[in-house]
Amino acid sequence: MSRVRFGVVVFPGSNCDHDAHYVAGDVMGQEARFIWHKEGSIGDVDVVILPGGFSYGDYLRCGAIARFSPVMKDVVRFANAGGRVIGICNGFQVLTEAGLLPGVLLRNESLRFICRSVHLRVENARTDFTNACRAGDVLEIPIAHGEGNYFADADTIHRLEDRNRIVFRYCEPDGTISAAANPNGSISNIAGIINEGGNVLGMMPHPERAADPALGHTDGRKVFDSILRAVLHDEAPAAILSDRS
Amino acid sequence: MSFKIPQAVVKEEPAVTPELAREHGLTDEEYERIMQILGRVPNYTELGIFSVMWSEHCSYKNSILLLKTLPRSGGRLLVAAGEENAGLVDIGDGLAVAFKIESHNHPSAVEPYQGAATGVGGILRDIFSMGARPIAVLNSLRFGPLTDQRVQYLFKGVVKGIADYGNSFGVPTVAGEVYFDESYRGNPLVNAMAVGIVEHGGVAKATAKGKGNSVMIVGSSTGRDGIHGATFASEEISEKSESRRPSVQVGDPFTEKLLLEATLEAIKTGYVVGVQDMGAAGITCSTSEMSAKGNAGMSVDLSKVPLREDGMTAYEILLSESQERMLFIVEKGHEEDVNKIFKKWDLHAEMIGTVEGDAEIRVNVGRTCVAQVPPDPLVLGGGAPVYRREQKRPDYVEKLRAKKADGFEEAKNLAEELLQMVARPNIASKRWVFEQYDSMVRTNSVTTDDADAAVVRIKGTTKALAVKTDCNGRFVYLNPYLGTQIAVAESARNVVCTGATPVAITNCLNFGNPYDPEIYWQFAEAIRGMGDACRTLGTPVTGGNVSFYNEHPEGAVYPTPVIGMLGVLDDVSLALNARFKEPGDVVLEIGENFDEIGGTEYQAFRTGEPCGEIPRLDWQREMRVQRVVLQLASKRLLRSAHDVSDGGLLTCLAESLIAAGGSLGLKLESDAFGAGRRDLAAFGESQSRIVVSCKSGDEPVVRQVLAKNGQTFKRLGIVDGSGMLRIGENQAIGISALRNAFEGSIERVMASSTVGGGGS
Repeated sequence: MSRVRFGVVVFPGSNCDHDAHYVAGDVMGQEARFIWHKEGSIGDVDVVILPGGFSYGDYLRCGAIARFSPVMKDVVRFANAGGRVIGICNGFQVLTEAGLLPGVLLRNESLRFICRSVHLRVENARTDFTNACRAGDVLEIPIAHGEGNYFADADTIHRLEDRNRIVFRYCEPDGTISAAANPNGSISNIAGIINEGGNVLGMMPHPERAADPALGHTDGRKVFDSILRAVLHDEAPAAILSDRS
Repeated sequence: MSFKIPQAVVKEEPAVTPELAREHGLTDEEYERIMQILGRVPNYTELGIFSVMWSEHCSYKNSILLLKTLPRSGGRLLVAAGEENAGLVDIGDGLAVAFKIESHNHPSAVEPYQGAATGVGGILRDIFSMGARPIAVLNSLRFGPLTDQRVQYLFKGVVKGIADYGNSFGVPTVAGEVYFDESYRGNPLVNAMAVGIVEHGGVAKATAKGKGNSVMIVGSSTGRDGIHGATFASEEISEKSESRRPSVQVGDPFTEKLLLEATLEAIKTGYVVGVQDMGAAGITCSTSEMSAKGNAGMSVDLSKVPLREDGMTAYEILLSESQERMLFIVEKGHEEDVNKIFKKWDLHAEMIGTVEGDAEIRVNVGRTCVAQVPPDPLVLGGGAPVYRREQKRPDYVEKLRAKKADGFEEAKNLAEELLQMVARPNIASKRWVFEQYDSMVRTNSVTTDDADAAVVRIKGTTKALAVKTDCNGRFVYLNPYLGTQIAVAESARNVVCTGATPVAITNCLNFGNPYDPEIYWQFAEAIRGMGDACRTLGTPVTGGNVSFYNEHPEGAVYPTPVIGMLGVLDDVSLALNARFKEPGDVVLEIGENFDEIGGTEYQAFRTGEPCGEIPRLDWQREMRVQRVVLQLASKRLLRSAHDVSDGGLLTCLAESLIAAGGSLGLKLESDAFGAGRRDLAAFGESQSRIVVSCKSGDEPVVRQVLAKNGQTFKRLGIVDGSGMLRIGENQAIGISALRNAFEGSIERVMASSTVGGGGS
């Protein structure tokens, strides 16, 4: 069986690039390469990962400068052509800035950076990033961000809900969605969303930090398992956007 | 509007007089000596150079004689202490660990956010300037009582400063300690430790060699920030200190991250002869120390240094402590190879001079020579002044130690006492702090908050490092010699509780004014204790930092020699944490309880004053406990291990239960606290004790191993599923109540705090 080719974009200030590369390459046994942000093309890859970190120091709005990196033009082209892109943490912020996903990530309600393990309920298991889960599954995956407070206007939220595009929500260990389980003030406890085409996922939690058995938690691996399954078993992103059943 | 590139200027300088020298913090004798060395009166720029290089901060003039008595080689040490930017320890597999701890107390006292942030930045550069990639940082913090609004401001700012810098840089902050005590009210302690990994062949040295090689300044541009920061660090905190705020540097973790990647990439080319971080005293310190080490000289032209501000003088450029800069010595002809890498990372790499064969540093601005000094007399280990200070045993020592440690009424309700103890900020969960730190980035953190030391695995090997900082300032205050030994012993014990073998230490020695003989006695006694402890343990001192002048108008801080311990675990799958695991597991106390209460947290709770004798330390007993626990851990016979320290045995058990989540419980055996005063047994801090748990089926083997080693131990009880800690027949407390008190204590204070903490 051929290996899935992951490309991890490295912006100046990316710092989870090695972690994503390690999981894709060493833990999952796939092909992983770094893509320097100044490159004009992402090259021949199956999946693009926009990793976590502080691109350009996040001195301006998070991700606001990274979206102008030369390589982003090609990432947008790739995404628009149906290529699979996952943005984790800072990568999610970059995706919203680049217009590939709606909404914005505001400062955490507490105004503090938060690093801890949280629980996520899988809201849509029919995506290329969650097909190894079942809807309603609860995953334990860490967050580490100062600006992960997802916000979008009411219309956008409605549209996301109607189209089943909210993929993960912060929840209690038993799956209950509650204010107490919301670590950063995100609207509707949103932790991850997908685009209309079903090929671009943004999530604040770090699945790459919970994928290696040596570190204890492995729930994040399901995201990578799903991607492999999607890439290896069919060519087009799954048609996931049927109305909620 | 046109943009003008900032230029260095030559201005007329003030005439140098003995008064001006004094204003620079130099004594009359030191000034005389400068004139002897130069054979003339120094000019203003040269006076600046000498004053900063001979400051306590750079020269260690009042500490070096004593520091030399510490065991500084042997074991797995690859580089003796003080030789390079940080110590270097062999861990096998062709890998070495670079690690060091450093203080940033004074800057943090006046500008907590930037002070703490640049403290982290500085220690990280010490590590990666050696070619090592930082894999973990730790910090050791001391503040006044948390009820004080100013303290809340400092606490908030320091924690955010550390968090913002480390998080953005992308290094996990894996462990630390935070203490609150009256003695640190006016002068907080902010010590940061960094740990990095380097291949043996890839170590960069802090030296200037090879006549004709190029001197390059890389990283950030140079501004007016931090001028005389090193001198500021060498005086007491006073009302005047607020005006020192401009002496505090400003950190830029993003640039530091780029500097890290570019530096490591440049070192790999093989064209880099030497690297030194520009921390205290900036260009002055790096040029003179590298020249002295390489028995060489340098000529540099400051007009080539990228500047942030126009019109900076040589004096300002040389003394600037702008962050995120390094000095590189690059093989002649390969400047462009290095430059290309820095360009890729959008950083400066400018050639500012060359290495010379004679031992002179010549500083020009364009064609004008502005300073010429020999490097050797400037530096520690060369001609910098060295003093032996007067010592006097302070009166308080006898007075306090003669007092009865347990001169308070026995508390009968231990459950009630425990509930209050776990809520004391010194014992309570530091979650409010550590959740602001990214403790997981780089995906190597095996345990962080639920073990006595942080365990960080090394990818590509089966190994892991265990790291911890430790010091009980109250113990050291009452008995500097013994208290410092305890700090070493406890930090080793912490590392052992994760299954790792202690291999070496770094230290950060926070003391008052060394010119006060009583302070100097504390310092000398602490060094004596550390030396004895490290020789016994076989853990050499790889280096560290001395921070004197930690005083404020009300007096000095408790003497606080913070120990940063490094342990190695050959098989990461053996790593232990402190959490109880399952009902049915047997809980044992390994070691012996002598109900010692002097200087403990419980005594502070009950009386508010540390007094009496601090717990004893018997090294034979200590070594035996550590050895036997390591032996049990290596046979996978233990499910948890937790050192008995602040708050004593009952607190230790409560912590292991709380960490388990709340559903587990424990009923203590009736003789758990022996026959004496039960409150002293429950909360006393007798040393050399570790609480372990094991599967009930393994208990016979565990007992056998303990007996074979002649190890005293006691069975405390069996873990159950009750969610209660039951003490004796009629005292019990729910783990959820304990947890609420433990987890919520600092959180509640900070949630209601209205003060800002600086930073953005």
